[in-house]
Amino acid sequence: MTQVLIYLIAIVATTISLIITVILYTYAERKIIGFMQDRIGPNRVGPIGILQPVADVVKLLLKEVIRPSASNIYLFIIAPVLALAPALAAWAVIPINNGWVLADINVGLLYVLAMTSLGVYGIVIAGWASNSKYALLGAIRSSAQIISYEIPMAFAVLGVLMAAQSMNLTTIVEKQHGGILHWYWLPLLPLLVVYWVSAVAETNRLPFDVAEGESEIVAGFHVEYSGIPFALFFLAEYINMILVCFIAVLLFAGGWLSPFEGIPVLNKVFSWVPNVVWMFAKVAFFMLSFLWFRATFPRYRYDQLMRLGWKIFIPLTLLWIVVEAILIQLQLPPWFSI
Amino acid sequence: MIKNFFKTFLLWELLLGLKLTGRHLFSRKITLQYPEESTPKSVRFRGLHALRRYPNGEERCIACKLCEAVCPALAITIESEPRADGTRRTTKYEIDLFKCIYCGFCEESCPVDSIVETGISDFHFEKRGEQIIGKQQLLAIGDKYEAEIAKARIEDAKFR
Repeated sequence: MTQVLIYLIAIVATTISLIITVILYTYAERKIIGFMQDRIGPNRVGPIGILQPVADVVKLLLKEVIRPSASNIYLFIIAPVLALAPALAAWAVIPINNGWVLADINVGLLYVLAMTSLGVYGIVIAGWASNSKYALLGAIRSSAQIISYEIPMAFAVLGVLMAAQSMNLTTIVEKQHGGILHWYWLPLLPLLVVYWVSAVAETNRLPFDVAEGESEIVAGFHVEYSGIPFALFFLAEYINMILVCFIAVLLFAGGWLSPFEGIPVLNKVFSWVPNVVWMFAKVAFFMLSFLWFRATFPRYRYDQLMRLGWKIFIPLTLLWIVVEAILIQLQLPPWFSI
Repeated sequence: MIKNFFKTFLLWELLLGLKLTGRHLFSRKITLQYPEESTPKSVRFRGLHALRRYPNGEERCIACKLCEAVCPALAITIESEPRADGTRRTTKYEIDLFKCIYCGFCEESCPVDSIVETGISDFHFEKRGEQIIGKQQLLAIGDKYEAEIAKARIEDAKFR
């Protein structure tokens, strides 16, 4: 009974901290992109605009929920829930420190892949239920894109799986012990690049946000949504972004391990930093790169997007998996020695 | 060919783009916080109109109607009558600020420097019809901003 209660509290705490992170992330996004574009971003609500996301949330919650009369009400209402639920559910297996995880299951990686793939149903159903051409086009684009990029992403993850010989996320991190050069980003650099680009595409972020593409199809799958249902889609998108950042850190950047492990002086100097701080610092870097990409790159054309996924990333990942297999056979230190 | 392949394959151009935006992240921001700060304004700025008075309080306008005649947008309407002391004065001086194109011809044509365009650029109307401002309002604007109007005229005089 107490066990259940503790888990319940942990789940609620995770969800709430995620929502708070998303709120802060939207503020950081507007501010950082503003700075990169030589603007100063929101600065009117509260000191340096820090309360802007709060104002946005209040606005969204107070808005009327509009439903198109030609839409299918059940699907229309359930779609945002279907988008948000898997995004939250995936967090069950994400460790933020050794043992700090809700469900320490052995197929954690597989579970995360499954959950992130499920999210596309919410988008497809939203596009279909809206009974609007733009929403439908956005949903079709989005599903095609997510399915395409699932494959290189899965291959990239497969590389990590081969290296770590485990699907348990905690084990994968523990296998990367020994400082920044022992992490998997170095031997698996092409896979990291492929993973990261695929992750941007999976979460429908710029420069791969053809599913929204405001210049072509208004806002894509959520064009008919307003108020709270829209907020749920928004939340799901941002939670997914944070999720792929965490996975990238766990798989390629040594999770909560200090980058200075094994380096004589620096290790001593930074030994007071808790592991969780390293974890969050690395995640923050990946989250920043999302915003950085958004401020820098123009949107991909749809056929280029598909070409990149199928003709470049899949062969590249396959090639590197072969290279990696050879390295593993050679037991190349420090990453692949047993 | 091979060079080009590596250039695209290693995402070189994309890294250059990231470098550029990364540099701008730390560059100095030149945004002006408008209501609190504003850019310098020329003394020739042509904003809201005003009718001026002489220092003794007598209104300058003598109802010559040159401004009405020169106005390309037909925004000015003037009616005049002799006053009790025998001088000609306007009984009605209206400017439709929606018709007005703020060309400044009225100010140029005025022989007594009565109608002027001030530096006021931010004004609004809350009801339909309020955009037609009459003689009393114009004189009130002139009274309120006389110091600035006179200063701008003096500063600009040497360039005319």
